[in-house]
Parts: sequence; C-alpha cells; structure tokens
Amino acid sequence: MANFFSDNPDLKFTLENLELEPITRMVENNYAFAREFDNAPVDFDDALDNYRRVLEVVGEIAGDRIEPRSRTVDAEGAKFADGVVTYHPFTVQNLKDLTQAGVMGVMLAHKYGGLNFPVSVYTMMTEIVSRADASLQNIFGLQDIAETISFFGSEEQKDKYLPLFAAGEVDGAMDLTEPDYGSDLQAVRLRAWQDEKTGQWYLNGMKRFITNGCAKVHLVLARSEEGTTDGRGLSMFICEACPQLVVRRIEEKHGIHGVATCELQFNDVPAQLCGKRRLGLIRYVMSLMNGARVAISAQALGIAEAAYRLARKYASEREQFKQTIDQFPAIYTMLSSMKVKLTAMRALLYETTRVVDLRNAYTHIVEHGEPTAEDRTLQKYYVKLAAVLTPMCKALATESANQIAYDGLQIHGGAGYMHDFNAERFSRDARITNIYEGTTQLQVVAAIGGVMQHDLDRRMDELFALKLDGKFERLLKKLADGRELLNRAVAFVAERKDHAYHDLMARSLVEMATSVFVGLLLVRDAAKCPDRAAIAERFVLDGAYDIEQRFRRITSGEGGLIDNNRDIIDY
Amino acid sequence: MSYKILVFVKQVPDTQNITGDAMTKDGTVNRAALPAIFNPEDLNALELALQLKDRYGAHVTVATMGMPAAAEVLRQSLYRGADRGILITDRALAGADTLATSYTLSCCVKKLGDIDLVLCGRQAIDGDTAQVGPQIAEKLHVPQICYVEEVIDLADGKITCRRAIDGGYEVLKAPLPALLTVIDANEPRPMNAKRIMRYKRARTPGEIARCHQNANYTDAGAMDAELRELTARGLLIEEFNAAAIDADPSRIGFPGSPTKVKQVMSVVLTAGEAKQIPADAAGISALMHELISDHTLG
Repeated sequence: MANFFSDNPDLKFTLENLELEPITRMVENNYAFAREFDNAPVDFDDALDNYRRVLEVVGEIAGDRIEPRSRTVDAEGAKFADGVVTYHPFTVQNLKDLTQAGVMGVMLAHKYGGLNFPVSVYTMMTEIVSRADASLQNIFGLQDIAETISFFGSEEQKDKYLPLFAAGEVDGAMDLTEPDYGSDLQAVRLRAWQDEKTGQWYLNGMKRFITNGCAKVHLVLARSEEGTTDGRGLSMFICEACPQLVVRRIEEKHGIHGVATCELQFNDVPAQLCGKRRLGLIRYVMSLMNGARVAISAQALGIAEAAYRLARKYASEREQFKQTIDQFPAIYTMLSSMKVKLTAMRALLYETTRVVDLRNAYTHIVEHGEPTAEDRTLQKYYVKLAAVLTPMCKALATESANQIAYDGLQIHGGAGYMHDFNAERFSRDARITNIYEGTTQLQVVAAIGGVMQHDLDRRMDELFALKLDGKFERLLKKLADGRELLNRAVAFVAERKDHAYHDLMARSLVEMATSVFVGLLLVRDAAKCPDRAAIAERFVLDGAYDIEQRFRRITSGEGGLIDNNRDIIDY
Repeated sequence: MSYKILVFVKQVPDTQNITGDAMTKDGTVNRAALPAIFNPEDLNALELALQLKDRYGAHVTVATMGMPAAAEVLRQSLYRGADRGILITDRALAGADTLATSYTLSCCVKKLGDIDLVLCGRQAIDGDTAQVGPQIAEKLHVPQICYVEEVIDLADGKITCRRAIDGGYEVLKAPLPALLTVIDANEPRPMNAKRIMRYKRARTPGEIARCHQNANYTDAGAMDAELRELTARGLLIEEFNAAAIDADPSRIGFPGSPTKVKQVMSVVLTAGEAKQIPADAAGISALMHELISDHTLG
C-alpha cells in the first residue's frame, strides 16, 4: 500500500502553500461554473479539497499499480512489427487505470469533460507518475497536446477532439523534429500543400524521434508557405492516424523504454490547419514546447525523487565495516546534498507553474474577457516572468535529476551498476530529460535574455520584502550579497558588448540567478515550516560560495578562460 | 436490457495493520484502534458489477449494513461508478452474527424487489466466515455461485460464471435472479476524479441531521429542504432502519444471533523442539506410528 502523494511531505507542503487561490478563482470563473457543472468547486476550500483527493488517487495508482509494473516495462519495452507499435501490456493497463481515474484531461475545461485543474496540480500528477515509471509520463504528459488545441484550435476542432482526449479515447503526439532539424526547428521541411479546389490540406515528408508517434491525433509542424526557409513559413496542423501516416520504425533507446519513439513518414496525410498560417512555430509550437518543458522538469523531479529514496533506503541497509554505510560522512553528505537539490527543484518547479497558471489565466481574460488596464499589465508581466522561469526551471531540474540519479547509483556501489536495482534505470531515464524539449544549452539561451533584462527583479523584491523571522536574517543577507554579485556580473557582461563573451558566460549567469532565486523560495518556505530550515540554510550557504566563484570568473577578464577554446580543442 | 444489480459491501477494520490494542478484553475487535476500510473482496464484487454495467448495461446499487460511519464505503462505491447507495443502520441491528446479518440483508433484497443479481465479496477480513453470501441466497431461495472469478456471459435470463475450485476452476450457469460471491480475481478500478468531485457531497439523512446537530429530526423544515435538494441532485444516500426493510425484530441483532463466543485465547505460536528422524525405513515407520497414535494422522 504505497501512495506517492501522501508519502511525500514536501509535495503536500507545496500544495498547501502554493497560494493557488487567485488562480483557482480565475480558472473557475469566480466559482460560477459550480452552477453549471456538478463537479465544479463552489469555493477555494472546495477546490483545494478536490486537488488533494485527486492527487491521493493518482498517488495510490502510482504507488500500488504503476511502480510495481515499471521494471518489467523497462525490461521488455514497446514493440514494433509490420508497421504497428504495440505497447507493453502493463503500459496499456497503466493507461487504463489513469483513464478510469479520469485524469487524462486534467487541465481541460469542464465543458469538454475535463477537470479544469491548474497547471500546478497537473504538474504534481506528472511528478507522481514519473516517480513510478518515467516512460509512462511521456504518454500521460501528452495531455499538453489537448491543451494546445484548447488554446489555439477552432471551436469545431475543440468540440471534436477535446472530449475524446478528456475521456482517454484518443492519445496525442507532437510531431516537430525531422531527421535534419532538431534544435533548429525554423528549418523544418515537412511540406503542407492545399488542394485549391477543395481547400483540403495534405502533409508530405518525414519526422523523427516522435514520442508516441503511433498516437491517434497528431499536431504537426509543417512548411505551408512555399519558398520560405525560416520559422515564419511554418504552420501547425492537426491530423489523425491513417494509412497515409506510416510509422517506419521505433528507436532503441538508452532509457524510457516504455514509450515508443517513432520515425514517421507522411504520404499526403489529410490535415486541418490549427490556428493561423505562419504562426505555427513562432506562436503555437513555442507555447506547446514551454508547456512540455514544465512537464519534463516534473518528469525529472519524479525520477530524482525515486532515485533519492532508493539510495537512502539502500544506504540505511547496506553494511560495510560493521555499520550501515549511511553512517559514513562520504555517504551521508551525498544523501543530504541530493535531498537539498530535490527540494530546490521542487520549489522552483512549482513557483514556475504558479506563474504559468497566472500567465494563462490573465491571457485568457485579455483574449476572451473584459480586461482592465491592470489585467493587461499583469498579463505582460507574467508572460515575461514565465518566459525566464520555464527554461531556468528545466535547466535546474533536469541537470539536478541527472546528478541525483548518478549519486544514487554511486551509493549502491557495484550493485548499482547491475540491473538488479532500479538505480541504473533511474540514471538512464534521467539522461533524456536534459536533452529533449530543448537541451540545457538551449534553456540557457532561452533564459539569458530575461536574466540580462532583470525580468526576475520584481519577484525577487517581493520575496526579499517578506516579513520573516529574525533568524533568517543571516540567510537573507547572504542572498542579498549574491544578488549584488549577480547584478554586477550582468552589468559587466552587458558593458563588454561582445556576443561571444555573452554566450560563453550565459550559463554561469543563469546559474547565479537561479541560485539566488531558489534560495529566496527555500527561505520563504523555511519560515513557514521550521523542519525545512536546515535545507534552506545548506542551499543558501553552498550557493553563496558558488555565486562568488562564478562572479570572479565572469569578471576576471582573464583571456585564458575565454578566448582560446579553439586552440585547446584543436591540439 | 438493463440489469438491476445489488452489491453488498462492508466497512471493516484494516486487519493488515494490527497493533497491540486491536482486540478488546472481551474478545471483540476494537474498531476504534484500527482504520476503517472497504472490505477488499467487496471491492472485487463491486468491480464485477461495474464490468457487467460496462458490458451489458446495468443499474448498480450498493448497500451496507453498519454504523452511520459506514456511509463512507457507499461514497467510495459512488466514486468508482455505482449508481445508488443504501445504508442499513439501526441500533437494533448491533451484535448480529452471520445468521442475523444474512437475514437482515435478505430483507433488504426483498424490500427492493426486482433485483437480477446480488453480488457479495467472498468474505470480510474481520470475520473470515464466508457465510453471509450463501446464507442470503438460501433465505431468498435463489441459486448461488461462490468463489466467482469472472462472468463469462449474461444472456437470456442466465448467467455463466467461472469459479475457483481446488486445483482448477469450473464453469457454472444459473438462472436469474442469482447470488454470486466474488474472490480477488479482478483488479478493482480506481476512484474516478470527476465522480469524487461530485459525490463527495453525497450524504445520508443521518449525516445531514448531525450537521444540523439535530439527530431527532425535529427541525424538519430546514432538513427537508436540504434532503430534497440532495435528492434532486442525485446525492442522497438512502438510509433504511430495521422497520423500513420489514425485518422481524426477533431475528436481527443480538436477539437474532445464536452464536455465542465462549472463550477468546491469545495464542502465540513458537517454534518447538526439532527432532531427528533417521533417514531409513525403520525411522519413517516409527514416525508414522507415532503420528497415528497421537491422532495427527488417521
């Protein structure tokens, strides 16, 4: 009897302290939906009770059903024969359990049969499912596709597809990457052409590395404007599985074996335009990718949680030199460092989802309601804040998950290298998280602008201004010093007006900003819950040394650190 | 056609998490010390009913006999897909053994009338008797199929089931109405999010009365309005007392229960002395004689 929600104090703390009230009020239309739908909440307490209860259900399914099946799913994986992808029977059962639990349309509106939950609560489910079986998240998480149709599709498209997604009757895939274009999506070539007589669109070309490419409903990025070569010639299309859409093969992957990663061939596949022409990449896919980046951060967090727990259990049972190995400083310092990273990831992830929820809610008001001037200002503010937090979060969460999985395997020693323990699976599954939906290197590219433009300042000011217990003064002072160094480093790089230098220092700058920002979140949480004080203290003190080191490096002006990469590589 | 299915369920103490104070001095279960859960095999019975609903169309009523707090297992049944919940509760029902319980539940079936199929879990984890289901069938004079693993077919007024027997299984067919007891051969579906959000508001009249701090039902106006609204929204869990199901007072509760607990012993099993038997014909023969003479064998 395992419950991956109720056994996790940090996650429960997060749900209770996330200040979801304004978000819930907006997404529930000031609780007016309660008059129309018998499962809509009548006030915030009612909504929070719903979130809690549904998370308990997902936690129980994850702990009692999905996790016990996960080793077999990893060992046997998805199969491909004669053009047909077959998921492992346990994966099929997992999806049936989640469908029966009614959590396949978590964020969809009541009227489409969804739960109308905020992204924050959906992300918690993502985390819980990933802890049990990371590969299942790749199918469960494709709810983002329904969400994208919900944001940008026509009324007919929404009426047709969203109830099917909510009922778990269709699954989705987002078909972006091509054999030659991954990070560089602007160059996508898959061709969309329109029959002039009927107006019908058709898709022609190849896609590669498509997660769940055997899905019933696909969102496809395609070149609709003949003769164009950049992102502005791309549109987004919806198409359905059909004989013209051929799965050519599935990949043999390092990890996430439960999900099929497909190569697709489009042979004049009939498709519908989703949204407006030419906005495919620059508007819709960027939105879809940002949602997916949050989901992958949660997948990384779930894997990290599982890896940490396994390592902690092993270290408390394994005896060497007549004592359990968790009595040795070399081991317990690894465990505490893993736990601090885990808590930091979670703090930043749910701060990000909270901002994403606010962005979505204000955007909805601005686009569909009667916005006040203040609503418009807030919408712009949250768009900017989400744009810097999302990549920051993905970089931190996925890199930390890899470190935690690595250390978790290390704590197991030789046994960890064997298939007997899940430690090696966690390190394989974690390894994709900092690659797909944009590598860490691209997350830095996405975040650095916001860091250079001080887009985090207002939120940092708010956090510094919180009236906290005096005992946190020392930590706040450290964080204020860190922020000062960050600002000086940002100014230093800006003044150099050197692109290469800017790009070379970008990761250090983003990491400095992340360290200060997450430190503030952890101190805020420690003030609410004394048991968290040691974690906040460790994070801030360790972070202060790192910030100082990065500051010195960035502002050293030392040519040997910066200018001679080519000489080193070419030796 | 749509079948009418009645599932009997029980709220039981969680005997998987036994602590030192699990039993009272007089040998009954200390319900306060153990968390109350949905009897596991009753969840299998409910799952079978819901599968029949998915396959053939059915209206699934779930009923339980118990304390007012047992309304929780009815709500959990609604979360999983049941259509209607009935709480059979009355102080006069307290202390019932399996005979009195099966009589009470058979009265409920008769009161509802028009039931095609009664489903029970094989047994409850607090008593482990497996008697209640079969006794209900006897009292109703309907066929019973026990230890059911799955329903193979339901057609033309007949049900075909596969049931577990020692060393295998057998397939049995029975005319409706019939009673099945179900073993843990299926995986109960999880609770459904939207149903939770809806049915968490389902209440028994007793729970409404306690909300009004007015268990005597004197504040009729306010309560009636609330009950009417719950009924209109499909959120009322009905409540039957002994009179409502026309139960004979002498056959229910303590008076209707001939079972008397004579003695309760706390048995602690310990490992005994080991004895070496020579591994030859004489040694084995001596052992056989010893076992026959102390009536272990034969």
